[in-house]
Amino acid sequence: MADLYISEETADDIERAAVDASLGGRFVVVRESERLIRAGTSKRHGHRHLLLPALHALQNAKGWISPGGLNHVCETLQVPPAEAYGVATFYDLFRTDEPSQVGDVTHVCVDAACQIAGSAARIADLKAQGVNVHESPCLGQCERANDVTGEVAEFVQGVGGPDRVEADEQPYALFHQQGDESLRLLKRIGQVDPTSLASYREHGGYDALAAAIAMGAEAVCTAVADSGLSGRGGAAFPTGIKWRAVAAERGRPKHVVANCDESEPGTFKDRVVMENDPFAVIESLTVAGFATGAENGWIYIRGEYPLATARLQNAINQALEAGLLGDDAAGSGHRFNIEIRRGAGAYICGEETALFASLEGFRGEPRSKPPFPTTHGLFQEPTAINNPETLLNALEIVQIGADGYRSRGTERSPGTKLLCLSGRVAKPGVYEVEFGTTLGEVIELAGGITGSGELNSILMGGAAGSFVDASYLDMPITLEDARERGTTLGSGVVLAFTDEIDMVDILVRISQFFRDESCGQCVPCRVGCVRQNETMVVLQEKGSLTPDRRQLVDDIAQVMVDASICGFGHTATNAINSAIELGLVPGVPS
Amino acid sequence: MTATFETPVETSVSLTIDGEAVEVPAGTSIHKACESAGIDTPTLCWAENLTPVNVCRVCVVEVEGQRALVPSCARPAEEGMVVETDSDRVKHSRKMVLEFLGSGVNLDQAPELEKWIEHYGSDTGRYDQYDLPALKMGEAPKIQDNLYIRDYDRCVLCYKCVEACGDDAQHTYAIAISGRGFDARISTEFDVTLPDSACVYCGNCIGVCPTGAIQFKTEYDLREADDWRPDDQDVTRTVCSYCGVGCNLELHTQDDKIVKVTSPADHSVTSGMLCIKGRFGWQYVQPLDPPTRKQ
Repeated sequence: MADLYISEETADDIERAAVDASLGGRFVVVRESERLIRAGTSKRHGHRHLLLPALHALQNAKGWISPGGLNHVCETLQVPPAEAYGVATFYDLFRTDEPSQVGDVTHVCVDAACQIAGSAARIADLKAQGVNVHESPCLGQCERANDVTGEVAEFVQGVGGPDRVEADEQPYALFHQQGDESLRLLKRIGQVDPTSLASYREHGGYDALAAAIAMGAEAVCTAVADSGLSGRGGAAFPTGIKWRAVAAERGRPKHVVANCDESEPGTFKDRVVMENDPFAVIESLTVAGFATGAENGWIYIRGEYPLATARLQNAINQALEAGLLGDDAAGSGHRFNIEIRRGAGAYICGEETALFASLEGFRGEPRSKPPFPTTHGLFQEPTAINNPETLLNALEIVQIGADGYRSRGTERSPGTKLLCLSGRVAKPGVYEVEFGTTLGEVIELAGGITGSGELNSILMGGAAGSFVDASYLDMPITLEDARERGTTLGSGVVLAFTDEIDMVDILVRISQFFRDESCGQCVPCRVGCVRQNETMVVLQEKGSLTPDRRQLVDDIAQVMVDASICGFGHTATNAINSAIELGLVPGVPS
Repeated sequence: MTATFETPVETSVSLTIDGEAVEVPAGTSIHKACESAGIDTPTLCWAENLTPVNVCRVCVVEVEGQRALVPSCARPAEEGMVVETDSDRVKHSRKMVLEFLGSGVNLDQAPELEKWIEHYGSDTGRYDQYDLPALKMGEAPKIQDNLYIRDYDRCVLCYKCVEACGDDAQHTYAIAISGRGFDARISTEFDVTLPDSACVYCGNCIGVCPTGAIQFKTEYDLREADDWRPDDQDVTRTVCSYCGVGCNLELHTQDDKIVKVTSPADHSVTSGMLCIKGRFGWQYVQPLDPPTRKQ
């Protein structure tokens, strides 16, 4: 590449120091007094993944990314400024114009659970107090939304100080299954000290890794395959097939990635796990690395999860110190290290290929599949990517064996599932239930329906999922039953609505969510999401849809499902279409 | 001496397109395979001289066994593939993609697209409500110098100019996609003007733009004056006079004046790409109007 053209604006000392600290000495350009030493192309490519941390550092230092600050990053990492600007403007948590009000920004969630708990009132209230407010998509704290107290999910983006969630200052009290002996994945929540490796070990921690090492990598992959474990992020791809495919790759660096970019509206299960049992995430990722033969572990966590990030980093540090990570991880003879990367506010980065692009320092735009991540994943190298819930299942499998694992759940959906109960239920929170438990039983587990109205509908699987009505309460929670009855478990969202809630408001917001979050790469999704949202706004204003507008809803859905690049476009019309089919929307013939 | 020959590796694949058996060299895209079978496929973001980005989705086809439609430009043909290019799903997707583009972007300088819009019966007007017009790009043209203009009301975000500016040709990286979703735009860093950016005025972005979103200032001025007459133009092929590389130029002239310079995409030296000298360095023949910087 030719030398970069960089404009005259320069970074000030604060920006320079923040960026340099974030890069930890990994510079592509080094200043030796008057001499500039530039590394070659491979080092430039090899360091591009530091772009996102560097942009975070700038944003945190000044509350925005200034031209001078960006220039410093571009010069240091040898990234063309136009590309770096393209990356910076992709993310919600970064701004590239100077804020009129300098200081912390309070992000307030406006998605379903918080919407019906009163986020509009909370936002008005904060604004009246002169607080710098940003309306945010789902912040993954839906269990905190409470229509009685008016509490909604909030996240404070710091300037010059750390990001924080104020509710995190109190001990976590929204886990309602504590002491339940049947728990597999959540058994340590509330029991273990999440900041202590010693405490984790007292609660059986790292027994699974020892068992995995004793079994050998191939046997771990076999056990995971035989267990019937499938991905818990929504696509339900068999984990064993994924791991075996990566294990079979030879001769190139390999990666395992924990997809902690939990952003599906209504989902917070991985957050609860990461915050309250972070060592389990580290251990299970180590097991995945051992089983697949990958030396590089990555955690890509959403930027709005400061406590989970801190706890995971602490867990990594303690594990490294104890020799459970590093050149000979836990005496396995296998080198394994983990690096954390923070996302910066982009739902699409939960899509696996978008996550890779984001981590590599590019815009979080999904790639066409094939080729698949098992051969062309992170840095175009073989990669196994799983979310924390899926990974935690592997800990169980290596300890109790595939048969032991299959002793619960159904033939086609073995094991247990984490569900995120929120909305109008008495005790919102994350619940671990055996596959086969009915939807009605799950809602009872969460204390039943609350509020003045009757149960009207349940959003299953999040904004990318679908609405069901009370006739589904007898549906067993399994992959096969959900599929057969035309709905989805998705990421485990069970969000209850009662009949005093205006569903059109909910649909307008869901369509707005997709409009805001589409990456914009492919035409069906970029324009389709906008046109879908416009149709919902028309519905809200007029109270009904004309027949040709109604036709439009179907036409948009069809092209997005058929022709979009990734799962985002394929699912962005599900919720709205299911609501119409169920007859939840007055004025729209189903 | 005995000549030894290695067993030939599989060099061709057989597939079925719209019921017809087609054989193409291995590695050929479905799009090229369709072309060899005489089937015309609309494309927008694809070009001979650029890496496929498969973002416009107008070339999608139905492949048996695949849940979603696949972009024909980027997917290699495989042995035994059964491809439908005119099924109801394909027709619907193409119609809708064109409709979506036409509903938000000005396509009146993209006759090829207008032809396909008519072919698939796209109704680009049906998104407008009498009191709630559909969202459009809605930006004034950027005229920052006297070489070329950028009119993003015509931009379909096909990524071609970004590719030509970057990895596929020029390696200048003056422009990239910024923003997200419907707000995504082609932009320099902080939207600085082109003269203030890394731009070297090779004009390769103009060469690949399918909709006239980036065009010669000379062409823009004539169009504004309602005096752009392609039918009255001559195209003269010549060799660039500046250096010894041998780039071929196509001089487009109207009323004996140069109005635009291109290079053939299939030319062995240029692959359609030029530098500032070939593209704009004809002022010794005909001086340009004085600069109109930073309007």
